[in-house]
Amino acid sequence: MIRSIAGQAVHVNEEGFLTALDEWNKDIAAEIAKEEGIAELTPAHWKVIEWCRAHAVNGRSPTLRQITEGTGISTKEMFALFPKGPAKKVARIAGLGKPEGCV
Amino acid sequence: MGEDTRKMAFICSKGTLDMAYPALVMGWAALGNGVDVTIFFTFWGLDIIRKSRQDHLEIAPVGNTSMKMSMMGVHADNVGIPSLVGVLPGMTALATKLMKDKMRALGVPPVSEYLQMLVDGGAKLYACKLSVDMMGLKKEDLVDGVIDIVTASDFIDMTEGAQIIFI
Repeated sequence: MIRSIAGQAVHVNEEGFLTALDEWNKDIAAEIAKEEGIAELTPAHWKVIEWCRAHAVNGRSPTLRQITEGTGISTKEMFALFPKGPAKKVARIAGLGKPEGCV
Repeated sequence: MGEDTRKMAFICSKGTLDMAYPALVMGWAALGNGVDVTIFFTFWGLDIIRKSRQDHLEIAPVGNTSMKMSMMGVHADNVGIPSLVGVLPGMTALATKLMKDKMRALGVPPVSEYLQMLVDGGAKLYACKLSVDMMGLKKEDLVDGVIDIVTASDFIDMTEGAQIIFI
C-alpha cells in the first residue's frame, strides 16, 4: 500500500515498514521516529540508522545483536535510544524490512 | 512501562542446555517486541543464574529419545544412540560440545552472555527462595543481574496480568 510520510508518497507493508529502499530520506526517518515515540533523532540515533542501512541484507535490517556487535553500541544503550524493541524500531525508521533471526 | 504493555513471565525449572536456551531465545524475542519480561528461576533452573554453573550446562544422550546419531553428524534420522553407548564416560561431554558448537555456528551466544543481553534489555530476573535454600546458595552465588530471591507467592503477585510460560 501507499501512504504519505513527510509529504512524500511511499510504499509500505501491512506493518508499516517501507518496502522500497530508494523512497527513504532523512525527513521520512524523523517522521517515523516521532510515530515510534522518539521526538528527536540525535547523532547517536543516526549512527545506528546509517549502519543498518549500510548492512541491510535483501532490504532487511540487521538483528539487535548484529547491530551491537557491528557498531560497538551496547545493548543497554540500544534500549535507551530506541525503547521497546530497538531492532524493529530502527528498521522502520531506517526504511528497511523487519530483521530476521533469533539473536 | 505503560499499563497497556504486554507482559510475559518465564519460569525456568530445568538446568540442561536444551532447556536453558528456549527461555533465553523467547525472552530476547519478547524484549525485541517491546514486551515486559520477568524470569523466575526455580529448582534446576537456578543453574542458569549460578555463576559457577551457567556456562557448564550440559545435555545427556541417556534418556533423551530425541537425540539421534544425526546430532553426531551421521545423517540417519531415526537411528538412535544406544543407551549402552550413552552411559560411556565422556558421552555427555561430547553431546554437550556438539550442541554448543552448533549453537556457536548459528551465532548464538553462550548462556552467560545471552542472559546478560536480556538483563541489559530490561528483563527482570528472580531466584526462587525455596530452591535457593534447598541448594544452600546465597545471593552472591548468583549472577549480578538477579534482582532478588523471592517466594513463589511474591512471583505470583509481581506477574499479575502476565502471560506465563513454564519451561
